[in-house]
Amino acid sequence: MAGKVKWVTDIEKSVLINNFEKRGWIQVAENEDWNFYWMSVQTIRNVFSVETGYRLSDDQIVNHFPNHYELTRKDLMVKNIKRYRKELEKEGSPLAEKDENGKYIYLDFVPVTFMLPADYNLFVEEFRKNPSSTWIMKPCGKAQGKGIFLINKLSQIKKWSRDSKTSSFVSQSSKEAYVISLYINNPLLIGGKKFDLRLYVLVSTYRPLRCYMYKLGFCRFCTVKYTPSTSELDNMFVHLTNVAIQKHGDDYNHIHGGKWTVSNLRLYLESTRGKEVTNKLFDEIHWIIVQSLKAVAPVMNNDKHCFECYGYDIIIDDKLKPWLIEVKLHKIPEETSFSFHRIKLSRFQCIFETVSFVPQVSGLRKMLESKIGHVMTKLACAFVSYLFGVSICLWLSVLSFRSSASIQLDFRGSLNVSSAIRYCISSWKIGTGSMERNIKLKF
Amino acid sequence: AMLDPDSGLSLTIARIVQRLKGSSLHSQLERQARVSLHKPEIKLESLKEDIKDFLKTSGWEKKLQNAVYSELNVFPAPCHPAAPPEHMKEPLAYMRKAQGSWEKRILRSLNSMCTELSIPLAQKRPVSEQKELLSKWNEMGTDEPDLSLFRPVYAPKDFLEVLMNLRNPNYENGEQPSFRNHLGLIQVPLKVKDIPELKEDFSELGLNIGQLGIDDSAQVPPEFFENEHVRVGQKVLAEQDSAAAQQYVRQGCPTALRADLWALILNISNQPEDILYYEQLKSNVIQHDLLVDSLIFKDVKLTASNDDYYFVFEDYLYQVLLCFSRDTSVLEHFAYSSATPPKSYIRGKLGMEEYAVFYPPNVNYNSFILSVAPLCFLYHEPSKLYQIFREMYVRFFFRLHSISSHPSGIVSLCLLFETLLQTHLPQLFYHLREIGAQPLRISFKWMVRAFSGYLATDQLLLLWDRILGYNSLEILAVLAAAVFAFRAVNLMEVTSLAAAE
Repeated sequence: MAGKVKWVTDIEKSVLINNFEKRGWIQVAENEDWNFYWMSVQTIRNVFSVETGYRLSDDQIVNHFPNHYELTRKDLMVKNIKRYRKELEKEGSPLAEKDENGKYIYLDFVPVTFMLPADYNLFVEEFRKNPSSTWIMKPCGKAQGKGIFLINKLSQIKKWSRDSKTSSFVSQSSKEAYVISLYINNPLLIGGKKFDLRLYVLVSTYRPLRCYMYKLGFCRFCTVKYTPSTSELDNMFVHLTNVAIQKHGDDYNHIHGGKWTVSNLRLYLESTRGKEVTNKLFDEIHWIIVQSLKAVAPVMNNDKHCFECYGYDIIIDDKLKPWLIEVKLHKIPEETSFSFHRIKLSRFQCIFETVSFVPQVSGLRKMLESKIGHVMTKLACAFVSYLFGVSICLWLSVLSFRSSASIQLDFRGSLNVSSAIRYCISSWKIGTGSMERNIKLKF
Repeated sequence: AMLDPDSGLSLTIARIVQRLKGSSLHSQLERQARVSLHKPEIKLESLKEDIKDFLKTSGWEKKLQNAVYSELNVFPAPCHPAAPPEHMKEPLAYMRKAQGSWEKRILRSLNSMCTELSIPLAQKRPVSEQKELLSKWNEMGTDEPDLSLFRPVYAPKDFLEVLMNLRNPNYENGEQPSFRNHLGLIQVPLKVKDIPELKEDFSELGLNIGQLGIDDSAQVPPEFFENEHVRVGQKVLAEQDSAAAQQYVRQGCPTALRADLWALILNISNQPEDILYYEQLKSNVIQHDLLVDSLIFKDVKLTASNDDYYFVFEDYLYQVLLCFSRDTSVLEHFAYSSATPPKSYIRGKLGMEEYAVFYPPNVNYNSFILSVAPLCFLYHEPSKLYQIFREMYVRFFFRLHSISSHPSGIVSLCLLFETLLQTHLPQLFYHLREIGAQPLRISFKWMVRAFSGYLATDQLLLLWDRILGYNSLEILAVLAAAVFAFRAVNLMEVTSLAAAE
């Protein structure tokens, strides 16, 4: 167990490799005995596929859940959240409480969304209630802002009408499927510009839910001043904050990349709006993240060898309400600006440090089983993984002294281990250093 | 200087009365007094006393107190009645002379740029251009005028050269440079404070007193300091007391209260007439085009647009700076500044006073821009942002751009920095001097920009809290010296200026 971690990857990116090397981990080939495999989405499909897949042993972890698309595909995410809400409503949970207009009080964090062409008629009904509203069309299977457009007239999406006779578009394959969402045309503006939030969340297991949020999220600004005017609906520089789009604009700046850290946002909001509303906003953002993960938890293949890192895209409207736009698979981005390169490195650093304990646990377990029997081991492991989960959090908060990156554990689950962990954190604020030392000795 | 305290006090009172007499506060007080006549508690027999009491309970007396306090803070104590007005600007003749020649040099540079580019210093805009500018007012950042031919009028190091060459003609120092005299770049014998004096002045920054930014970090339970401090801050705001606010911010402002506390200290209330004044300035900008506008554009593009924190507020910066360069009320501060504004005339109206345009005191906008940008984190309403910036400028920042003997002037700050370093870190000072890296060459640009652009915004705002709290810029020199002390070990090992930087 004192051996070095062996890693493989099929993605040749320096930010990954630098981090591996910094920890002194050893690179091996795929067919060799590896502990940690940072794989692309294609590879994970192969590993878990029925025909070509193989079993992973206890000391091997991979960076994806096999059916991550339940969360990362736009249509499936919305489907899962809608299902989750209905379930809560059916069991009479107070979380599913609605207000006098029929809107969920606590769970209304995704803009009204429909699948096209499947829900076309439902969409038309909703559209007619507010004919002056703007909607955003997004292809389900694409990323980086490709294929997105805005509409404010039904005629613009005739193609997706299910029973349209003029439609040559009969294919129902998932590639051509779109989601259409109510466009948030009152985003919070700073300096007159629209922005969105990108936050990174690491999930080590779905059941029980254990997730970590990276402290250095960032805001992405549009280079052009925001206007809700209908004449500018086609100007993607006004509306889409994706860096892939913005970087082709005239005013794109490569030094800061049009990005702000979340701490800048906090400073601005606290200074101009006050501390209470700012805290409330960030609490709501954390709530959204936890609820969305809980929504997909039942359908996720919670393989113990898997962890995953997601990028959450959130927009804040001018009433300081956060909206979940999308959850993306964490891909290693192509471009970067100088200031954010450092942040990227530390982000990966944190990911590795969080998950690198896992292989060491299983070795200990084997040893314990042989000594004290299966049941006792299970109990011990449960207790230890409870402590272990806690210690990770504490250890990571110690990390924040040493590097400028840190992971903050903060979520509001109403049940389960998550709230227990949080409780422990708040009462164990001081003395984290010794905790780390003790755990390290044990392992 | 040979003024007995009583007549000094009465002079001060007379001056304050003079200044407040025409102000909007005066007319508001009059109106309030008249309104109060209808109240039952005001009786004819004790009219004067009753009105006074009413003004006290309704909070108007507090407003008057704040206005008086503000005047005391801004204007220096009156000199001897026989002293000429230049003395209030700057008592030392050689300083005045140096400032005068520096100004001439800047103006010459500006004029030659005008001639080269055949652009007048000021001209009226054609109507079509006016309309265009008005429509683009909120997004001037998207403009890409050709600014390649404009160059900044001077760089901070040019200014430093001028300061280095200042000499007091009455001071003969024939000694060889040795460790008994000053080895730094500034060679004028101004009085600066030493550590014991600084300790006393900045007593609230002592180790046993809580500070925001340190004692409110996540590891410290908020009951120790933070909660109480925030509570006191809210109370100060509720009382609307300028003097108390100024005392309070010495320990740092809570982020949520900072905007209001600074406005209270600077006595800015954003009345309708203030908003109107800002709109007037805006229309001035629309109607007239000044050469400095292009310089402003160029400097914003070079500095703020590339800054990690401030790029978001690019458009606000144009608005504030363009208005500022046309604001004649800024001229008032020249009464106590060593600088004199260069004057120019609208094209074709040379010599006609009503067409005179006063140039902003510092045409190197490099430093300006970065002193506006942090304020955008606090105020998102343009006219309030403008007023706060203007007040900060006429109280503090102008001293960083003009040559004077004032303790908060840039000359004194440089000297204070060098003296602190030479006295307390002599080895480091000597080492850096030997390798051709005089410490002031590194720290000058920090101080001349009040550290804006060199510190993270939340840290910078904590620093500016103290500038407001102590009504002095000396803290900048102290911070600069502290940075060197902090990095002393590393600096001892470098062998060149570049490495030191």
